[in-house]
Amino acid sequence: MSALEKTLDNKSARRERPWKALGKGPRARFAAFREEKPHLFLLALMMLVPLFMINPTTWAVLTISGLAMGAMVFLMASGMTLTFGLMNVLNLAHGAFISLGAFAGATVLTVWLNGYSGDSSLLVNLVAILPALGFALAVAGLVGLLFERLVIKPVYGDHLKQILVTVGGSIILLELIQVIWGPNEIPVPRPDALRGAFIVSDAIPLIGGIALEKYRLIAVLLGLAVYGLMTWVIDRTRVGVLIRAGVEDREMVEVHGYRIRLLFLGVFVAGSALAGLGGAMWAMYREIITAHMGDELMISVIVVIILGGLGSIKGCFYGAILVGLINLYVGFLEPRLAAVATVGLMVGVLMWRPQGLIPVIKV
Amino acid sequence: MLNAIFSGDTPRSRPLTAILLVILVCLALGPFLFDGTRAFSTLGMICVFIVVVASYDLMLGYTHIVSFAHTMFFGIGAYGMAIATDAMGNNFTAILVGLAGAIALSVVLSLLLGLLSLRVKAIFFALVTLAVAFAFLSLATQLYNITGGEDGLRVRVPRELGPAFRPFDGELRGFSIVTFLSGLFTEPGNLGEVLRESVFKVRFSGRELMYYVAFVVSLLVFLFLLRMVNSPFGRVLQAIRENEFRAQALGYRTVFYRTAAVIVSAVLATLAGVMFALINRYVNPENTLDFQLMVFILLMCVIGGMGTLYGSVVGVALFLLAQNYLQDLLRLFAAQVPEGGVMAELVAPDRWLLWFGVLFVLSVYFFPTGIVGQLRIWSQRRKPAA
Repeated sequence: MSALEKTLDNKSARRERPWKALGKGPRARFAAFREEKPHLFLLALMMLVPLFMINPTTWAVLTISGLAMGAMVFLMASGMTLTFGLMNVLNLAHGAFISLGAFAGATVLTVWLNGYSGDSSLLVNLVAILPALGFALAVAGLVGLLFERLVIKPVYGDHLKQILVTVGGSIILLELIQVIWGPNEIPVPRPDALRGAFIVSDAIPLIGGIALEKYRLIAVLLGLAVYGLMTWVIDRTRVGVLIRAGVEDREMVEVHGYRIRLLFLGVFVAGSALAGLGGAMWAMYREIITAHMGDELMISVIVVIILGGLGSIKGCFYGAILVGLINLYVGFLEPRLAAVATVGLMVGVLMWRPQGLIPVIKV
Repeated sequence: MLNAIFSGDTPRSRPLTAILLVILVCLALGPFLFDGTRAFSTLGMICVFIVVVASYDLMLGYTHIVSFAHTMFFGIGAYGMAIATDAMGNNFTAILVGLAGAIALSVVLSLLLGLLSLRVKAIFFALVTLAVAFAFLSLATQLYNITGGEDGLRVRVPRELGPAFRPFDGELRGFSIVTFLSGLFTEPGNLGEVLRESVFKVRFSGRELMYYVAFVVSLLVFLFLLRMVNSPFGRVLQAIRENEFRAQALGYRTVFYRTAAVIVSAVLATLAGVMFALINRYVNPENTLDFQLMVFILLMCVIGGMGTLYGSVVGVALFLLAQNYLQDLLRLFAAQVPEGGVMAELVAPDRWLLWFGVLFVLSVYFFPTGIVGQLRIWSQRRKPAA
């Protein structure tokens, strides 16, 4: 790099970070925090503002529920953000995989292993729950494999066709779901072990005495576990290095002799499987499923991937938490505006940072 | 003369011209050629959706902007009309107020969407519009004291457009094509009887009047769009579609053109929504704002042929006929298949959309230019050195 380019580079760097000019006072530190860690800044803002409008006990319950919802949405959204980031494939049929997972899980719970999920002991319940989640994962993954081969493969690199073909594929999948499981909604009773709530002991100030629903805690734990696992795979393993490199510059990875199509296929299948897992979790959360549930969740998923920045797992995680929280807070204050608030959050973030919170690829 | 009306963009294919002529005649003489309310409402919907899909094609086919908010603008028109007549009574002032209010709201919203999309990559526009349209749908469903929620609103049309109004005193007669054709096949020897049976009485009321208003509006909008896409403005849109960067380099402010296309298309969709409310006289979230309707619009546009306005006419006619009559056909199939199996489920009349979805995906792969594009390619091949 020549000296001239270096000075130009420095200049543009300075222009991009005007808060550096403020010096080292608290205001400057706040501005730096806002610009460099926008996800944490927004999360803090999101959690603090409602605290003035809602009493602390309710706030704590809402926050936990919001985290639970965020965790489930994260499961569904993570696959789509990677697919988009890695191969530039916009898969609008992602919602259909969510529905598919929900129906597959529900089949195991309510038909095949009905006796186990009705029992009240945790261990017996687990005999039904784990296969249900596993089956949802497997079915969605397998169909994802077929879907990639049959529907998406011929239209790489053409966004318009991808949108058209995946919308068509989504119609076909949803119709097939209705062929197999019938057009009516299906009730999915939550297994007994997951019902009920923990009561926080009164000794703890502020949040003492509140009831935390078990299922929501489990959803949060599962979401964190998957997030942890994904971060580990992406950050620490060889496959992860290749995925990150592929998101950054696909051709360069190909030049080095790696078969990025195979890698992408793996990511797509994993993403579909995770969508299925999220769908199954959502089925047990809502306790009723319809074929079109995926379409409704798809909106949250889209908001999440735009919020987080394409291709970024971390951004996706924070985006999902933000969407979950705003849904619950606004849903409590004014239930009719929950969906509008979610979309409003997206529009606001786009105005502030068009790239999303933690962009990985250059848009 | 003819060239001037079509803005120099003629069908350029004999079969296509024939199909379009059939559609035109069927629509123009509709109430006199088809008996029964089902056929009548199908005809009305074809007129309305030609406007919807043709204006969608301006974005999708001519500029390659994928928007999922088209039903939102359609719904704004329909709800605007319903709310205005609800509040001001069934007179023509209410219609004017509803139309003006709905169009104003659409212009503002589409301008905002256009400006928002400037800040993000083109592909984001699809996602952003999808989310915004969903928020609008949920708002319309939730604010039931204004919109009637899931139950929707009845539209109180002026007496002149309702079934009680009789513009003519004399009795009119129509000739039912369906009866005639089926008679021709079943009892060809008895031609006189068949001819006599085919004649039916037409009760020309305000509803038929409204149908003709919609027909004329949709014809005018179609010709207007044809003029538009063949004007310098339309050429710039197509240049943006082919290579946005290059269009920019040539000195066109592509952002301005893209936003203008979005706004024009939104206004026309609103107009179609207004007509829909007046013809259907009942609006609810499902028949105006639903995501499924958006997918239908996309299907009609692509199957007919993106980037050819004639394609939207063909696509609309084909899709709405399929929607209304493919179920009957599948019922015939279903009668042949033994009950209870997976096969029976696959051809159940309710699953017509499955077959349309398969058709859609296959047509994107094998006929990416749609019916009209393919017809044009074939007739191009027939006369290579023309």
